[in-house]
Amino acid sequence: MAGGGESSFFLEIWYKAVSPRIVVRVQKESFDAAAEAAALTQSRRDIGALVTFTGLCRDEAGRLEALEIEHYPGMAEEEIKRVALAAASRWPLEGIIAIHRYGLIRPGEPIVLVVTASAHRGEAFAAASFLMDYLKTEAPFWKKQHLSGGEAGDWVEAKTEDDAAAQKWRG
Amino acid sequence: MRALYFAWVRERVGKAEEEIAPPENIKTVGELMGWLSGQGENYAAAFANIKTMRAAIDRTHVKHDALIGTAREIAFFPPMTGG
Repeated sequence: MAGGGESSFFLEIWYKAVSPRIVVRVQKESFDAAAEAAALTQSRRDIGALVTFTGLCRDEAGRLEALEIEHYPGMAEEEIKRVALAAASRWPLEGIIAIHRYGLIRPGEPIVLVVTASAHRGEAFAAASFLMDYLKTEAPFWKKQHLSGGEAGDWVEAKTEDDAAAQKWRG
Repeated sequence: MRALYFAWVRERVGKAEEEIAPPENIKTVGELMGWLSGQGENYAAAFANIKTMRAAIDRTHVKHDALIGTAREIAFFPPMTGG
């Protein structure tokens, strides 16, 4: 249908004009949070707020050797993109970065990075919080514990407070 | 149809993926999980608590009452713990 094609063409132009720069990566290697965030604001004069959140592997009981993060290749990227687009449609953002690692990650190492850029801080803070809440409950990643001394650890169980945190954005 | 298993579901089944051919009367994701749980001890262990399990059809989250239809890839996994 020519008419439908035409309107989707204009929709695409409109979308490109208003949508922020979105970077989504699922990777084994670590990342440099400061460098990633700097790339988002480089040669920009209209960004007033840049929120950077890094989630780290933490050892609570002094027994964790590493976390092994399994993911669903393909779907992991798609889900994070979907959540990023939802954030972009909800707040006036200038840029979004979401990077999630997989594989063996030791305590102190970074697991996830979320960066949001906007004109004002309120939107950037809210969008970063929204992105993390949804990443935890919707993106297909699973953590398994490796304990010191080669002891087999358990799969980390999903927390009800994480579901509640994601639920609050639906209200 | 390709079945994919992740995290402890994968460990209990004993493989990451396989080709499955459920009978025609299996229409929904929930019914498919019930059918899989009867395919051997390893499947029974993996699908022991179906209520808490999650599924995706062709890389999109679905509920248990979702129709399998012409799905090419269906994945089963525990609630996610990323971030």
